[in-house]
Amino acid sequence: MKFSLSWLKEHLDTDADIQGVADALNRIGLEVEGIENPAEKLKGFTVAKVLTADRHPQADKLQVLTVDAGQGPLQVVCGAPNARAGLVGVFGVEGAVVPANGMVLKKAAIRGVESNGMMCSTRELELGDDHDGIIELPNDAPIGTAFADYAQLDDPIIDVAITPNRQDCMGVRGIARDLAAAGLGTLKALNVPSISGSFPCPTEIRIADPEGCPAFYGRVVRSVTNGESPDWMQARLKAAGQRPISALVDITNYVMLDHGRPSHAYDLAKLTGAVSARRAADGETATALNGKDYTLTANMTVIADEAGVHDIAGIMGGEHSGCAETTRDVLLEVAYFTPERIAKTGQSLALTSDARSRFERGVDPAFLEDGLAVLTGLILDICGGEASEIVRAGEPPLAQKTLSYDFGLCARLGGIDVPQDKQTAILTSLGFAVAGNQVTVPTWRRDVDGPADLVEEVIRIIGLDNVPSTALPRAEGVAKPTATPMQKVERRMRRTAAARGLNEAINWSFLPEAQAAVFGGGTWTLANPISEDMKVMRPSLLPGLLSAAGRNLDRGASSVRLFELGRRYLADGEKLTLGLVLAGERQARGWASGKAHCFDPYDIKAEVMALLAAAGAPVDNLQVMGDAGDHFHPGQSATLRLGPKTILASFGALHPNAAKAFDLDGAVMAAEIYLDAIPAKRGGGNGFMRPAYTPPALQAVTRDFAFLVPSDLPAGDLVRVIKGSDKDNITAARLFDQFMGAGVPEGQKSLAIEVTLQPAEKSYGEEDLKAIAERVVAAASKLGAVLRG
Amino acid sequence: MTDLASLNAQALAAIDAAASLDALEAVRIETLGKQGSVTALLKSLGQMSPEERQTQGPAINGLREAVTSAIAAKKDALESAALNARLATERLDMTLPAPDAHAGSVHPVSQVMDELAEIFADMGFAVAEGPEIEDDWHNFTALNIPETHPARAMHDTFYFPEDAGEEAKQMLLRTHTSPVQIRTMLNQKPPIRVIAPGRVYRSDSDATHTPMFHQIEGLVIDKGIHMGHLKWTLETFLKAFFERDDVVLRLRPSYFPFTEPSAEVDVGYTLVNGKRVIGGSEGWMEVLGSGMVHPRVIAACGLDPNEYQGFAFGTGVDRLAMLKYGMDDLRAFFDGDLRWLKHYGFAALDVPTLSGGVGA
Repeated sequence: MKFSLSWLKEHLDTDADIQGVADALNRIGLEVEGIENPAEKLKGFTVAKVLTADRHPQADKLQVLTVDAGQGPLQVVCGAPNARAGLVGVFGVEGAVVPANGMVLKKAAIRGVESNGMMCSTRELELGDDHDGIIELPNDAPIGTAFADYAQLDDPIIDVAITPNRQDCMGVRGIARDLAAAGLGTLKALNVPSISGSFPCPTEIRIADPEGCPAFYGRVVRSVTNGESPDWMQARLKAAGQRPISALVDITNYVMLDHGRPSHAYDLAKLTGAVSARRAADGETATALNGKDYTLTANMTVIADEAGVHDIAGIMGGEHSGCAETTRDVLLEVAYFTPERIAKTGQSLALTSDARSRFERGVDPAFLEDGLAVLTGLILDICGGEASEIVRAGEPPLAQKTLSYDFGLCARLGGIDVPQDKQTAILTSLGFAVAGNQVTVPTWRRDVDGPADLVEEVIRIIGLDNVPSTALPRAEGVAKPTATPMQKVERRMRRTAAARGLNEAINWSFLPEAQAAVFGGGTWTLANPISEDMKVMRPSLLPGLLSAAGRNLDRGASSVRLFELGRRYLADGEKLTLGLVLAGERQARGWASGKAHCFDPYDIKAEVMALLAAAGAPVDNLQVMGDAGDHFHPGQSATLRLGPKTILASFGALHPNAAKAFDLDGAVMAAEIYLDAIPAKRGGGNGFMRPAYTPPALQAVTRDFAFLVPSDLPAGDLVRVIKGSDKDNITAARLFDQFMGAGVPEGQKSLAIEVTLQPAEKSYGEEDLKAIAERVVAAASKLGAVLRG
Repeated sequence: MTDLASLNAQALAAIDAAASLDALEAVRIETLGKQGSVTALLKSLGQMSPEERQTQGPAINGLREAVTSAIAAKKDALESAALNARLATERLDMTLPAPDAHAGSVHPVSQVMDELAEIFADMGFAVAEGPEIEDDWHNFTALNIPETHPARAMHDTFYFPEDAGEEAKQMLLRTHTSPVQIRTMLNQKPPIRVIAPGRVYRSDSDATHTPMFHQIEGLVIDKGIHMGHLKWTLETFLKAFFERDDVVLRLRPSYFPFTEPSAEVDVGYTLVNGKRVIGGSEGWMEVLGSGMVHPRVIAACGLDPNEYQGFAFGTGVDRLAMLKYGMDDLRAFFDGDLRWLKHYGFAALDVPTLSGGVGA
């Protein structure tokens, strides 16, 4: 909502300057988004007279002028066809900045002739669209006067953001009322002209949809002249950011901006028979003032005559019945439309307008009569003509709310103790009627419907700055931990990943459909995506990470280690997941290490195991199984499971097809860890206490075993059975060699395992070690493993 | 006597002349070995008369000791020289680079969320969570935003097709973290103190808006909570977050359907080298929306608004990160550019703590 200071002062008697007004507006909740003084950008532009005009010696289309801008004659080169001796226009002096293009005017030679400034067009000064010639002012315009002063443009414009609850401030007068309540001045009395119609209204007005349009007041004004609106009105409309169109249109716009009261003027000659507010028929169409056709439904209210729909009620007038220069007789519409209906219609047609934004907030239902009078008065003043009597169809909802208000609530909820008489004064100045503890809400404050709203009214006028800060009561002692077990797991994993050299990224939650498809497709597809690239909620964290990896490689990164901790969006919920991608070089070429080494599947396995350990997962008991998913290399990927069904993680080399879908060359390793599958760490009965432990007194010993096994036997299986073959003695089993080739039969491989034995009471004797070795070999043999000689 | 003296001189000279451990060993064998000259003298003591032994004994033993210690000293010297010579050959160019270490990093949004959790934990706030795919009841209706409310137009909402959800609920991407207020009040009895950080979505994209961003919501519900508590909480939080005592707040009355009274909160800044630095009051920046929870919202959650009241606030986590750490492009937050992540990210051990300060 934009308006000029002088416009505000039409309603508010105040000495405040623009800054004082702005501060007060911010204080009471009308947020100032900007202050602009059109005079500022017109600095250096003055009223000037062209003394002489001669042909430019070098150019046909240019003239050489001498211009008097109050400081004596100056030579100016000018290309405007209307430049001539005797013309009074606007001159930009050397150093002035042309508003339209930011050009700084300089003394310069134009085709060899010196020019000391510029005569300006309205477009160059951003005062209009005209660029056919330079501005022509009346001959008596005082030469040498600052143009902004002459044109009365030294009037700051203030831009206020009106929150959706404040319909009353969608007009300048409402803002003035709020400022008066805040003590910035006095609200001037509203001068409502008293106009009695001189003939009966010739048009019948009906309401067939009282639910959508409870009230429709109208009258005809005949024999009007629809020329241009007066300068003062045009200036105010421009200040509000509106383009003047014609007197009748400008007047309806002006009343809307001045009072928050939309209205409409129909060209009576274009109407057929009675005018009614009715429901549209399903599929009925209307051509609105913006030139677009809208297909309507039976849930929408329209203004129609006997020939068809004109208005999309309360939102936009019709193209065919609007006022034009030729309009002689007009039908005025001042109606009350039900806000919910306007909102729904506007939303479903995706049609916004100044009228909609007021009607859907709810205009003052008590301002129909006066609004019509103000509107008629302006038309008669500006366009002449003769007004009919008023036709009033229906009744606006005038019932006022009365609230029981406990004045103590201001302190209890608002946190500031304001005496009852002060509260009463504030409410009264805002238009509330206070009688004891009964507060009646003014008709223009549809938003106020409970005691909390009254507290807001009081404290916003008192000023929130005056509410004393009050410490929240604090629990005794040191603050208690608040994080949930899952939150702690998440934090540990994040920082473990970072400590291991991985960089945390945050990727979009939505994906292009094709990327989601590589990962089995997503369950959740947006109905109204912002673009095709952001359409499907990700079923995996990997697509985002792979795209990021690709971007980094394209930008020249040689090694990418990215992770993300976020949600996957599945049919059965949002699953917290850690995604991880390793791409490019694990180790760059080096003076000691030789050529570069790329990541391999065991690199990502190491990260996954470390992260699972950090999360508190029982990493020693996990089973390595298959079925990691189609986006992985079938032979170089695995899942880590706790039991056959609980998958904690999947990892491995990316399938070449998946890599291709993301334009990735070379080996790419990927993993996902499913945080919700990780079993919660059991607290145990004694809190922080660890199980008792004393390092054994006797030294551990190691023994190596080499087995021949079928080449497809997973090494992990052999290690597990060996480790479990003698739990009293074997504390660790570690595979340290795998060999196929010379000396190993075809179809077999050799696996070498170092077994750590921990004696308990006494050192091992030969017999003990032999017995343990036999148990190891016996366990291994169940898998077909044969001890190598 | 002269024999002994000359033998002594001769042996010491030979020791001194020994250029290697082998040569020295040869001298030792010549002198102290079984057939050695000094050994022979020692053996001769047995044949001497006691008087003779009395004088010759100490002399011969003295000779043996002199030769023994000379050999030991020479041996030390030769070994030391050999070690030095070997070390000299083992010289490395210590300017050569050590193996690369990869510095990982924590994303600024995660870091700031941890900072906020730490600050609010001290004030007794737990961290609550809720779904990002919400239904319109939690995101709008329960928050006193009915379908026709103009405020719904302020949220550029991403919707899912109507049949996507269960029980014909209209599913959408939450436009704010406020639905977590509703979920918390429905699931928990007052007193309630929670913050709820997380991803939110609006169909908006330009230099300062991304369709996905992060918010943090705060909610306090109890008996006797008022606007003064809200003001104190926000002041305390922002002072702690920016670790500055000169943080100044300006509360402006505003409108949110789910709070009444409502206030937008500006924080004062000072221009330092053209950059806005929080603190002082040269200018104001809007950082928070807040207010007293609307009685209708409290009632929608099954609590009695005459018994319980409280406040809520919300702010952008990305924006807080930008204000504190100086990034100026929101889009870069979600680009995953390693150069940006390494520059603006945080080390694993930059864990925010109250004793060490929450900032890093």
